Amino acid sequence: MESWYFIIDYLLPFDWAHHTFMKNALLAVLLVGPLFGIMGTMIVNNKMAFYSDTIGHSALTGIAIGILLGFQDPLWIMVLFSIFLAIAISLLKYYTIASTDTVIGAVSATMVALGIVLLSRGGGFAKYSRFLIGDLLSITPREIYLLIFAFVAIVLLWTAMFNKFLLLSVNPTLARSRGIPVRLVETLFCIVIAVIVTISIQWVGILIINSFLILPAAAARNVSINMKQYHVISISIALISGTMGLLLSYYWATATGATIALVAAAFYLITLLLKPRFA
Amino acid sequence: MNDKAIARTKSQACGLCCTKLESLGVTIGKTEILKDINLHIHCGELTALIGPNGAGKTTLLKAIMGEIPHSGTLRFLDIKDCHTRKPLIGYVPQKLEFDPGAPISVLDFFSAGLSTRPIFFGHTSRQRDHAAASLSVVHADHLLERRLGDLSGGELQRVLLALALDPCPDLLLMDEPVSGVDSHGREIFYNMVSNLRQQYDLSIILVSHDLVMVSRYADRVVFVDRTLQCVGTPEEVFNNEKIKRDYGYVYQESIKGKQSSLNGHKIKGVSA
Repeated sequence: MESWYFIIDYLLPFDWAHHTFMKNALLAVLLVGPLFGIMGTMIVNNKMAFYSDTIGHSALTGIAIGILLGFQDPLWIMVLFSIFLAIAISLLKYYTIASTDTVIGAVSATMVALGIVLLSRGGGFAKYSRFLIGDLLSITPREIYLLIFAFVAIVLLWTAMFNKFLLLSVNPTLARSRGIPVRLVETLFCIVIAVIVTISIQWVGILIINSFLILPAAAARNVSINMKQYHVISISIALISGTMGLLLSYYWATATGATIALVAAAFYLITLLLKPRFA
Repeated sequence: MNDKAIARTKSQACGLCCTKLESLGVTIGKTEILKDINLHIHCGELTALIGPNGAGKTTLLKAIMGEIPHSGTLRFLDIKDCHTRKPLIGYVPQKLEFDPGAPISVLDFFSAGLSTRPIFFGHTSRQRDHAAASLSVVHADHLLERRLGDLSGGELQRVLLALALDPCPDLLLMDEPVSGVDSHGREIFYNMVSNLRQQYDLSIILVSHDLVMVSRYADRVVFVDRTLQCVGTPEEVFNNEKIKRDYGYVYQESIKGKQSSLNGHKIKGVSA
């Protein structure tokens, strides 16, 4: 971390860059941006925006379970709970005939309600509201190492699995005919999204985490015609809106996560207007 | 550039290897969807699977692919008639589930199916040449850089066919590959498939409701409704008394349709 602080002091001799929390937050944004930019492209391809939203919301219940079990920092319980939920949703999707969005909607509603009931017991919900909005500026160096680890893991996994994910997203039977273990790959994808979303919740916030995942990819989709462009643009938008949002939130004194989401939304709007040129 | 494609066309159908289904059945939950399916499918043959909606045609294809568990046996036999390996299966789906704006180019799609090199890094020139060669078999190499969503129905099905043929499969399964494609596109597609069976060493099973095309191009027709109802040449099946009695008029019309369309105009050759 010391070398990162040194680089920042050297390259960015600005007011905002003097604060250690800003240096940490900037590094976090530079990691979370590409991470979500990459994952978002596949989530949008797979029409799983609602799923990732549900995982975010269900973190409430994960937090509650962690607190009930007496953990000060419920992160690991939240991660375990999200993995459980990811597997449960994949199974439900497979074994019920109800349409996927109904199944996911039911799970989402239940988990939010359960989380609120458990956390509001004795009127103490307010202390958990930080999870709703998230606090990127509070990120610690130890948590940044966790992010770096997650980042490397996702890059490796995507390198190994991306083509399989893509075939699966266009036609599962076709994927199967080419030797892809469809359900295994599908469940793995759900679990990975669940873990990354859950890890990031405390900095980004339950309410807006999905915009981090969806907006850069959705914007990139409007102006790209192949997978390479799609990813390059999605990651660029995630990085730019992350950095811009962080700085704007510093000067406006607003919540960082939401400010980043707004900048990303602006990009989405711009690309939407440009779309007719690429259609 | 077309080396690969040309090399593949050299292995012609031997007519000796076959896929054997023996008393194959599928039960999902408590519902018996298929039972007592006994079939020999020879290479170099185009077998059309027909039958009413809900008869289990798609289920049969999925059972052959191993997507749905089945009872009975399914064997692929080579020339010496001994079980050698799992057959390599090529599959042409009825449609793809992507939204039309999805930034997936034909080349992306091909490389995703053929290699493990992640396609968001772009493509090597070898991948590009390979995809172009495969596409040229179905006269679609000019579509390489196009977005999947921008292709016409017929073009997309030809791209899917090209991918199913690469690597050359033992068994090519097609599930209503051209339903919803205009008649010209259908004509081109069936013509290609019909040529394939002479040029490649493979067996083709095609699910179709398009009985005019089936009667014109299929070597063998398998009429399925829960179980095998009738197997034979198109004429035999369409003129079978039981089929006429139970499923009647549709097939009469299709045969009339076939005759009038044959009289009406000559079958067009492949143009792309």
